[in-house]
Amino acid sequence: MADAIIRMKDVNKWFGKFHVLRDINLDVASGERIVVCGPSGSGKSTLIRCINRLEEHQKGQIVVDGTEITNDLRHVEAIRREVGMVFQHFNLFPHLTVLENLTLGPIWVLKTPKAEAEARAMKYLERVRISEQALKFPSQLSGGQQQRVAIARSLCMDPKIMLFDEPTSALDPEMVKEVLDVMIGLAEESGMTMICVTHEMGFARKVADRVIFMDLGEIIEQNTPEAFFDNPQNERTKLFLSQILH
Amino acid sequence: MRAIIYQVIALLAVGSAIWFLIHNTLNNLSARNISTGFGFLSKEAGFAIGETPIEYSPASTYARAITVGLLNTLRVALIGIVLATILGTIIGIARLSRNWLIRKISSIYVEVMRNIPLLLQLFFWYAIISETLPGPRQAMHPLPGVFVSNRGIQMPTVQGEGLFWLFVGLAVALVLIFGLFKWARKNQEKTGQIFPSGRWSIALLLLLPAGLWFFSGTSLSLDVPELKGFNFAGGMTLSPEFAALLLGLVIYTAAFIAEVVRSGIQSVNRGQWEAAEALGLKRSHVLRLIVLPQALRVIVPPMTSQYLNITKNSSLAVAIGYPDIVSVINTTLNQTGQAIEGIMMIMAAYLTVSLSISVFMNWYNKRIALVER
Amino acid sequence: MSAATPGVAISTEKAPKSSVGVLAWMHGQLFSSPINSLLTILSVWLLLVSVPAMIDWLFLSSNLSATTADQCRESTGACWAMIVEKHRIILFGLYPYDEQWRPLIATFLLVGAIILSGWRVLWNMWLLVMWTVVLATVAVFMWGGVFGLTYVENSQWGGLPLTLILSTFGIALAFPLGIVLALGRRSDMPAIKAICVVYIELVRGVPLISLLFMSAVMLPLFLPEGMNIDKLLRAQIAIILFAAAYMAETIRGGLQAIPKGQFEGAESLGLSYWQQMRLIVLPQALKIVIPPLVGLFIALFKDTSLVVIIGIFDLTQAAKVALTDQAWRGFSVEVYIFISAIYFVFCYSMSKYSQSLEKRLATGHER
Repeated sequence: MADAIIRMKDVNKWFGKFHVLRDINLDVASGERIVVCGPSGSGKSTLIRCINRLEEHQKGQIVVDGTEITNDLRHVEAIRREVGMVFQHFNLFPHLTVLENLTLGPIWVLKTPKAEAEARAMKYLERVRISEQALKFPSQLSGGQQQRVAIARSLCMDPKIMLFDEPTSALDPEMVKEVLDVMIGLAEESGMTMICVTHEMGFARKVADRVIFMDLGEIIEQNTPEAFFDNPQNERTKLFLSQILH
Repeated sequence: MRAIIYQVIALLAVGSAIWFLIHNTLNNLSARNISTGFGFLSKEAGFAIGETPIEYSPASTYARAITVGLLNTLRVALIGIVLATILGTIIGIARLSRNWLIRKISSIYVEVMRNIPLLLQLFFWYAIISETLPGPRQAMHPLPGVFVSNRGIQMPTVQGEGLFWLFVGLAVALVLIFGLFKWARKNQEKTGQIFPSGRWSIALLLLLPAGLWFFSGTSLSLDVPELKGFNFAGGMTLSPEFAALLLGLVIYTAAFIAEVVRSGIQSVNRGQWEAAEALGLKRSHVLRLIVLPQALRVIVPPMTSQYLNITKNSSLAVAIGYPDIVSVINTTLNQTGQAIEGIMMIMAAYLTVSLSISVFMNWYNKRIALVER
Repeated sequence: MSAATPGVAISTEKAPKSSVGVLAWMHGQLFSSPINSLLTILSVWLLLVSVPAMIDWLFLSSNLSATTADQCRESTGACWAMIVEKHRIILFGLYPYDEQWRPLIATFLLVGAIILSGWRVLWNMWLLVMWTVVLATVAVFMWGGVFGLTYVENSQWGGLPLTLILSTFGIALAFPLGIVLALGRRSDMPAIKAICVVYIELVRGVPLISLLFMSAVMLPLFLPEGMNIDKLLRAQIAIILFAAAYMAETIRGGLQAIPKGQFEGAESLGLSYWQQMRLIVLPQALKIVIPPLVGLFIALFKDTSLVVIIGIFDLTQAAKVALTDQAWRGFSVEVYIFISAIYFVFCYSMSKYSQSLEKRLATGHER
């Protein structure tokens, strides 16, 4: 597509001898919501981690918001300013308060004055409904609360693209909903491009514009949620769906 | 009730044991005509000391001799701590390098140095210095004014009025740097702009003292050691004993410090790096703001116990003839026979250092402890 | 992993040459950035400058067969002939020449016991039995005087067996004392706790050398007239008291790591304090602290070299005595390297063992 905000062309990646991404071709439009699913080891986490260069691809081309990912650090840093990431294990900074976790990026990367950064942080903390914990430390919060803080931390950078790497997989079941609600709210209220690796198919149905199925490093099938869930084409897709939808 | 009985029994047992020991000791001492008490401290010492940072002669008192010993201990311990920290940190970081060769070399260093007793390493270095280095007349001459021989290392010292202005410049630079950092931080909070305080501080540190020295008339002179007859005169001498002790302590302890640093840095989760980089932070900022604060929490406690070890291990000086406090008190108690007072002084000295370091450790731990639920 | 649907070919493109293979390894590991390349070149240069010279001195030009010192001095390499000449003194000290098979057996017994202690199958009462038997046998062999063995005074003991004896007896006897101190420090009774804290902090705060001096010089004063303890025993006592304080702290760490529920569970079973400790708490605590205890043993093994300073003839002292022979003057470096090698072999193997032990024990505790 012409105005793709993310363009991946013939991307290949190896971990040593192991071919983890094979000939990935993917275009993501601005404002599109994509859910990536697949069995473990299919390369879906690696795929989105290549987008913000947490993983290096050996072959092919990745262009994010007009900037190509190369070995040039300045390009990488520019891309990372536009791309926010939420991790499976939250990765909040334990020695900083919640507020300091959120203002770190704006102050040191975007060179925002402290008062403005804190105001913005409080705004996003309210958005994820956790503003009363602003001065607490991450270890004092529950898993679900920490993940919401992590989402707010990425939002403070006002990114154009948000990547979610299995954001609810490490949470106790009763906390999954609060995080999913935040993500659904984000999808509905903002025009942000979102790429989410997850097993939560209910979320995919509600929010996704496109669902991508990966297996053994390849994109096997991609379609709208209705078409994907109700009428899978590929045998492997059918097998996977039968395993997770029970 | 039972608890009280046990405690009373314990106290009685310890108490009577101590009384028994003291009773015997007093008997034995009087039988051998040895006096007690610390009166001997004001008597004349009658022995020479090889290295004296302060004025001392055999006519000085025992008290002064012991002070010299204490200063010698502190001298080697403090310099040892600084050098071992620098060397150990470099090797610790090298153990985590991406470069296989550097990793292997530093690992071999750590494994070899940790598994050979310190005393043996001291003997080894002392043997190398006193046996394989040439005599003063054929001394090695690596840098102008620096001579290395089996009489030790001779170095030039700096003297003159310019020195005073150099120190003034240094002090002023430090104050200015402190103020600069404070201002830069306030400025960043207000406007968001980051000021390169680091670079300016280095510039100040180098230029200000140099400038003041220059304007004071550059009256600095070097006192260079010169070969006079069989030995050197002038300049500063590092005796073979001091050099061997320092070398052994630094090389031995650096291996342990390297492990402390390495495990501290490794203790920081990979995810912390990734989250910080994903925000767009530069590598240097990631290190300074996220990784090092967390690593230091893990590093400081074992690091201080290594500092304690250097201080205690400096007592091995007695084996190679460096006059530290143990060595001096040893000579003292051999001459006066007052073993108990002597050993009590040794233990008091080391206990003071250990307990102060422990107190500092506890304070530091409380301050930086991560708040738990 | 998903089951691969049969019949679907998976593209088997090979990884680009630039990311696998020897060249790739060299690029990634040695030359990945300008700084790395510079470091690699510097290190290689340093190694080239020093290693061939060292190998030459240590092995190629070294002299194994010379019978006099002058012959040795003629060659430019290390004089290992001196070690061959003097190895009996270095290894066994002043022990009578004809009886040196006895310390040899003692050494093998102790080394064997140490190695067997590493075998996890034996970690129960059998370990205690084995050690008691071994220590007693060693004592018999070294002292003699029974079973037709001639009596050898312990002032004649020396070298490697003595180092082993000082460290193993030291740790073995410090163990029970350390457990008592650790339990005492955690006690609710203030007097007991105070006594233990004072002892532990006092002993840990001073260098071993001051304790050895105390034992050499002060102990005779502490004892009533006429009662005499020989020098070796005094040093051994000092080493035991020293090790006990450090062991107490290590064991205390293990006790702290046990969840409170264990103590409560044991109490609720109606067991007495000592039964709780013996049957439930201590076995778990000790298992946790085995790696640090091995580290303590390694450190103690090295620290026994300090007895040199009070004139006891351990392995390090043996080095000095071998060097006093005027005929073989000037070869101290060779002797120190030889002895360092012995220490290194012992300490390094124990530390490698401790690391592998840590890995294996850790798996048992992961949730």
